[in-house]
Amino acid sequence: MEILVCVKRVPDTSENEIEVGSDGQDIDRDDLVYSVNEWDNYAVEEAIQIVDKVGGKVTVVTVGDDESEEVLRREMAMGANEGILLSDDAFESSDGKGIAAILKAAVEKGSYDLIMTGAQADAGAGQVGGMLAAMLDQPYASLVNSIEVIDDKKLKVGREIEGGNQEMNEIQMPCVLSIQTGINEPRYVGIRGIRKVASVDIPVLGASDLGIDSGSVGNAGASVKVQDYFVPVFGDGAEMLEGSTEEIIDKLIELLKAQGGLK
Amino acid sequence: MQSKNSSVKKPYQEYFSKEHDMLRQAMRDFVKKEILPNIEEWEEAGEFPRELYKKVGDLGFLGVTFPEELGGASGDIFDSIVVNEELMRSGSGGLAAGLGSLGIALPPIIYKGTQEQKEKFVKPVLAGDRIAALGITEPGGGSDVANIKTTAVRDGDHYIVNGSKTFITSGIRADQLTCAVRTGGEGAHGISFLVIESDTPGYSVGSKLKKTGWWASDTAEIFLDNCRVPAENMIGEENMGFYTIMENFQMERLQLCVMANITAQMALEEAMKYAKKREAFGKQLTGFQVIRHKLVDMATQVEVSREFTYRIAAKINAGTNQVKEISMAKNFACDVSDKVTYEAVQIFGGYGYMRGYLVERLYRDNRILSIGGGTTEIMKEIISKLI
Ligand SMILES: Cc1cc2nc3c(=O)[nH]c(=O)nc-3n(C[C@H](O)[C@H](O)[C@H](O)COP(=O)(O)OP(=O)(O)OC[C@H]3O[C@@H](n4cnc5c(N)ncnc54)[C@H](O)[C@@H]3O)c2cc1C
Repeated sequence: MEILVCVKRVPDTSENEIEVGSDGQDIDRDDLVYSVNEWDNYAVEEAIQIVDKVGGKVTVVTVGDDESEEVLRREMAMGANEGILLSDDAFESSDGKGIAAILKAAVEKGSYDLIMTGAQADAGAGQVGGMLAAMLDQPYASLVNSIEVIDDKKLKVGREIEGGNQEMNEIQMPCVLSIQTGINEPRYVGIRGIRKVASVDIPVLGASDLGIDSGSVGNAGASVKVQDYFVPVFGDGAEMLEGSTEEIIDKLIELLKAQGGLK
Repeated sequence: MQSKNSSVKKPYQEYFSKEHDMLRQAMRDFVKKEILPNIEEWEEAGEFPRELYKKVGDLGFLGVTFPEELGGASGDIFDSIVVNEELMRSGSGGLAAGLGSLGIALPPIIYKGTQEQKEKFVKPVLAGDRIAALGITEPGGGSDVANIKTTAVRDGDHYIVNGSKTFITSGIRADQLTCAVRTGGEGAHGISFLVIESDTPGYSVGSKLKKTGWWASDTAEIFLDNCRVPAENMIGEENMGFYTIMENFQMERLQLCVMANITAQMALEEAMKYAKKREAFGKQLTGFQVIRHKLVDMATQVEVSREFTYRIAAKINAGTNQVKEISMAKNFACDVSDKVTYEAVQIFGGYGYMRGYLVERLYRDNRILSIGGGTTEIMKEIISKLI
């Protein structure tokens, strides 16, 4: 099975305190530590497991700058077979639709039975998987938390739905799935994997390689634009507890007792 | 797309390549998920689970500088620095020391041993299946290595070993001890290395030593009472062990520099975070110039020490003799971490003295660094002969 997994380099929220930048247009990106989007990592693990079972190849693809190459290499060290970097100044500040359009062009350069994305990434919009499926005119399942290969035409996929309930679907390939965290236990990257991919060339494709009109993507093509980033003012009735975890716990217990919530 | 923070940079000598960065990220990932959530518990228990060796070994992170054909990764010095730094990021020097005991126990076998010895005593250790320890120090003395008292007397195909070793890192659980023994006359010229397996009759281990710091590593006294060790376990030439010990010390000392620097770095980071958060007399601690300047001094010292260590590492990596410099770096780095961990505790006030605060552990864990692998005074003796 030929599987393409779309991955993204995002700020690592466990390593950084994310703050809104002074211009209010973006988060403050100075000195941020980046890593692969967590959801995408689950998708890559799932793809590797499928290929381990039924054979085939896992390709990882990302839209980003030259530094995004590191997440491709990381996923290849984990076990993905190939990587493709989609990079062009014209791609900068694309909205979800722009990213989906760029990915679609890359998908059409190959021949994939299954395309996976993470359920969402750092922006939290969760648009790319669905839009990509629509543009490719392929079936789509979102929030997938289990995949079973039925045969070379069909998959059985589980979806997480409201209230922790589970839904099972049969889906025809080729298709697009957006993957939920927890679908598997992603393996760690070991040093042998790192050695294997350290000097592998990763092809870079730009707008002209993909046959994309520069004006249709990036900032120029974006119809959704971020206007402002800010931390909402605290409303009445909300109180932020501060201090070390122990201090916060003590304060919380005091509060709950005072309000009659704890006896 | 140009990345936002890549302004035009002129190249300069970098110590860490992209591949090193990948290794760092991979280690950090592992430490964050497998070690950090448990480290408090392991510290209190005085050991970490034995399975951790296997988990780390499976990923190839044990002995990254050792040859690939033995289960290492044929990495360079900076690979080993990355692994050490990221293990130290667990906040537990004991964990790094415990997992790292193979780093001092195996080199004599790897560099001086026969193929059979490597198969038997190196491969299973790098795979995480066996635990290796180094036994030099004796109850009667550690600094004066040339004067060790444990004897090994040849008897047919065996050596009969008598004596004891103490303060042995991983000594409680070790399956094999790379052990310095006296096979010849007095002094440096009568010392050899024997690998002694812990199931050899006559080999016994005392109770776990209770220590100031490095709690997560098991440390033991080992008794050798008429231990019959196969002669084929002799590493290298008989009576040439002293020189192997001295060579082995260089890398151990480099890693101790790395541990001191990162200990200081973490203490600094903790102190900076705390000083921004904590208030006294109605303002943040960073609002007091005396605290700001303290942090500046700490940061300056950490930076200088780390750069010196990396520089020496680069020279060793290139095959240059750095005995004098590494001894200097060890003393410098330990001096810095002594000061910085002390000041970090000071900035934390009473909390810095309380269990559960990282600076409290760093302060305790730090103390061994200027004693182990050759004391500050011994470093000075070495340096004085070389300047
Ligand atoms: C937690 C821990 C783990 C350890 N792990 C290991 C291990 O895995 N394997 C191992 O073999 N050893 C290990 N050691 C032992 C360590 O290497 C020794 O403690 C160290 O070498 C010092 O030896 P000593 O304790 O016998 O002190 P001594 O040698 O008795 O020294 C006592 C004091 O005298 C000073 N001194 C000694 N000689 C001179 C001199 N010529 N001039 C000036 N001053 C001098 C020393 O600097 C020191 O201040 C460990 C120790 C600890 C605490």
